[in-house]
This record gives sequence, structure tokens and C-alpha cells, in this order.
Amino acid sequence: MSRALPVLSVLLGIVVIWYLASIWMNSTWVYDQAERAGTTISFAEMVPQTMDQERPLLPPPHQVGAELWKGLFGQAITSKRSLVYHAYVTFKGTMMGFGLGIIAGVLLAMAIVRFRVMDMSVMPWAIISQTVPIVALAPMIITVSSQMGIQGRDIPKAIIAAYLSFFPVLVSMVKGLRSPDQMQLDLLKTYGAGQGATFLKLRLPASMPYFFASLKVAIAASLVGTIVGELPTGAIEGLGARMLIGSQFGDPLIMWASLFAAAILAGLLIVAVGFVERFARRRMGVVG
Amino acid sequence: MWLENGLSWMKDTMTQAVIEAKGLNLVFQTADGPVHALKDVNLTINPGEFVSFIGPSGCGKTTFLRAIAALEHPTSGTLTVNGMTPDEARRKRAYGYVFQAAGLYPWRTIAGNIRLPLEIMGFSKAEMDQRVERVLDLVELSGFGKKFPWQLSGGMQQRASIARALAFDADILLMDEPFGALDEIVRDRLNEETLKLWARTGKTIGFVTHSIPEAVYLSTKIVVMSPRPGRITDIIESPLPKERPLEIRDSREFIEIAHRVREGLRAGHLDE
Repeated sequence: MSRALPVLSVLLGIVVIWYLASIWMNSTWVYDQAERAGTTISFAEMVPQTMDQERPLLPPPHQVGAELWKGLFGQAITSKRSLVYHAYVTFKGTMMGFGLGIIAGVLLAMAIVRFRVMDMSVMPWAIISQTVPIVALAPMIITVSSQMGIQGRDIPKAIIAAYLSFFPVLVSMVKGLRSPDQMQLDLLKTYGAGQGATFLKLRLPASMPYFFASLKVAIAASLVGTIVGELPTGAIEGLGARMLIGSQFGDPLIMWASLFAAAILAGLLIVAVGFVERFARRRMGVVG
Repeated sequence: MWLENGLSWMKDTMTQAVIEAKGLNLVFQTADGPVHALKDVNLTINPGEFVSFIGPSGCGKTTFLRAIAALEHPTSGTLTVNGMTPDEARRKRAYGYVFQAAGLYPWRTIAGNIRLPLEIMGFSKAEMDQRVERVLDLVELSGFGKKFPWQLSGGMQQRASIARALAFDADILLMDEPFGALDEIVRDRLNEETLKLWARTGKTIGFVTHSIPEAVYLSTKIVVMSPRPGRITDIIESPLPKERPLEIRDSREFIEIAHRVREGLRAGHLDE
């Protein structure tokens, strides 16, 4: 409860500001309409008219809420108009990218920690890779993969998502695998432990807290990557495609509802990763 | 015939020095030039001895212990452990090493930590369980096997790390300031227990310490060292009996040895 209060206060603040901004931004249209009709309109008359426009510049919270409700529960979840359906498509892409990103990040980190050459050659490129804007890269990945004869958008989307999500895993795992101090390494040496045993018994378990900390960042990055992957070149499925359709067909309510669906999805994913992390920490003897 | 061979082999190993250093030098190359960590060290440690190394920081006591454990390699001179090179001796599991910090893995239980060397050395599951029980009993931690390290006090953690070093039955126990980070009261208790452990197991112990009373109380042989370059200034054979209650520290003999150690440390200091 003590944690809920500050969060709810901030939420309340956002809602108030949002309503004020809606009134302000949507008022232009109301005043224009009045001017065209040759009438004047008072402030008190204007405010209600900003609350239920069909194409508002900034839809107020209750309109977005209603549209979100309709999108989520208004039809069968298999319907192409259902946000649940589109969220599922995005979720699938996110998880594929997340998995791919974890594998790539962990394998690269292992190689970098094991081989000095890899540290010197791969690490700088991994950092540079993150400076390339993904929006520029996404269409290229999609084009190239279709050139290579890959059917559908699942794989290119997963690659785009993995491109963003491998990085936090890589950085954390490198740090985690290097976290054991000299004394712990010496101790294993006195047992005559080889590279393999040192990795399995010491480096890998020592890196786990770092790994789980990176997963929360990685899953969010993976979701962003998937949505970006759904934006370009005529995708019709997924929350990203839904947002683009909303904005291109001048239907801001669809765009806003999709945006919020994506935010809810992100929240659920992060909570799920948090649960996995808690479970793993408990297994490893850490409480809390 | 084979019996005679066996007997003579047994005789050899009984009289053979456990650790023998002859003209040992160890130089570290650092950015500020070479550092002479050990200079012309000659020392013989016999089976069952409790040998303390005492001296100020930089005197090479830890370096010497690490050289025995093949964690550092001498620049010149010879060093044998059970008649082998330190590297061979490690492969034969000749020693267990206890560091200043307990260094228990936080993700393993106490029993899991003690099992660590056994897993690496490939003991069977049943053998491991039996050994863990036995060494936990030796350090008086029976019943704590399922606890995690953070649930134990600092002294208990260090006892667990000693149990870990004992688990694979090495003849030699090397301890590098194992109680340095603990308070005096805990330290006294662990010193007593260390002596009991030594009496029960008959191991040869090499023990690095900063504390004069600790060195005198525990050892059968005290090696006094001094820094820059690290060298031995005095070797004291202790006349104290094997059976040592804590009160022995007020005895005349004890005070005399402590005095000699202090003299040795001061002499090393005056050389500078």
C-alpha cells in the first residue's frame, strides 16, 4: 500500500495534465467549427466539445480507455480488429527476439571473456551496433530476409528484436563472468580445476545476478524492436502495424489504444521476468 | 621383497621433510622495477609440525605460502612439497588452502561449498556426503550443512572454509591469516579449535599471521620474517607442550618466546 500511493499520485497527476492538454489541443478544432458557422463560443461551451471528438488531436484518457476496452474485449480475440490478437502477434515476435538475443548475448560474452582476441575485436563492434538507429536498419533486415527467401515476417522481426536485446545481456554477462575476484580464482586453482570447471562452478553462477538484472532491460528492448519491425513496408499484424494504420488513416484513437496495449504488454512482460528473477534468486540462496 | 620395499618407502616418507626450501628467491617484476619478495629462504618443515610465519606486511610470508601452493613460482632455488615440485604436489592433492576471507560461494549452502572441491576432483555422490558430514563435525558445524553462508557469523564462515580445505584429506593445511578479519574473542576460540583440529588430524600446518600471541600459542615452530627483501630472520622451535590451554599464554615460557619473536621482528626492522 505504501508503494501504491506514490505511484497512484503520479498517475493522477498525469491524468490531470492529460485532460488539460486535450482541452487545449482539441479546442482549436472547436473554435474553427464555431468560426465557420459564424458563431462565437464560450469557454464553458467549448470544453465538453473537446471530450468526444471523432478525430481528436489528443484524445482524452476516457476516450482512449473506451477504445482500448473495445479493442481488447469488443470482439472475439481471433478477430483482426482485436487488440488481443495483435498483442499476441507482437508478443510472439518479442519472445523469439528475446530468446535469440539471450543466446547471442550469452555466447558472445562467453567468447569475449574466454578469448582476449574476441574482447578486442568484437566488443567495439557490439557497442557501435547500438548506435545505428534501428528504424533505419529494420526495413533493410526485412528486405534482405525476403531476398533470401524467408517467408513471413516472424524471422526478420525476431532478428530486429534480438539486435536490440542482445546488447544489455552481453554487457551484463561480460561483467558477471568477470566478477569473481582473484582469491576465488586462486581457490579453484588449488583444487587443480581447469577452464571448464572454473567456468561452470564459479564464473557462470557468479554471473547470474547480472544476467537476471539484464533480462528486464532486454525484454523491453526486444518489445521495442518487434514493434519497430512491424512498422515498415506493409505489415498488417501486430501492435506496431496497428499504430501505423491508426496514424496513416487519421484514426488517432486506434493509434492511442495500440500504444496503451503495447505499454500493458511491456508491463506484463517485465513483471513476468521479475517473477523468474525472484524464483532464481531464491534458488540461489538470496532472500528478497 | 615387496614388503621390504614398502617398509623402506614408509620409512622414507616418515622422515622426509614435508616442505623443503633451499636458497629460494622470488622476484616480482612490477612497473616500479623488480621487487624482491623472497630472498635466499631456507626452511624445512617436518610432518605434523605447526609452523607459523610472522612478520610485517611485505615480508613475503604470504608469498612463501603461495609458492608452496604453486600459486606463485620461485625465480631461483628449490622448493619441494612431499618431495615433489609444488605443481605436482597440487595434482596429488597434497594441500588444502584457507584464505583470509572465507570466500564461500553465496549461492551454495555450507554443505554445497564443502562439496565444491570434491565435485571438481570427481568424488562419488555417497563419498561426498560422507566426507561433508565428517569435516562439518571436525569444525563443529554439524547441522549447519543446509544453511547458506549469510546465515552464519564470520567465525562460523571461516570454520566452514577450513572444513572445505579439509574435505579431500590433504596432509598439509596452508592457512593465510585465516582469522585476521575476526574479533579477538572469536579469534581466541578459533585458535583453540585449530589446535584441537591439528591434534585430531595430525596434519602439517603452515599458518601466516600478524599476531605474536597467535603465532606463539599455535606453533611448534615460528618463522620470523622481515621485509625488503623478504627473508627469514629467526626460526624458533617452541618448547611449549602439545596440550595448550588458553591460560598457557600467561606462563613464563610463553612470554619468553613472545619476547624472542618481538626481538626478531625488531631486528629485521633495524636492518633497513
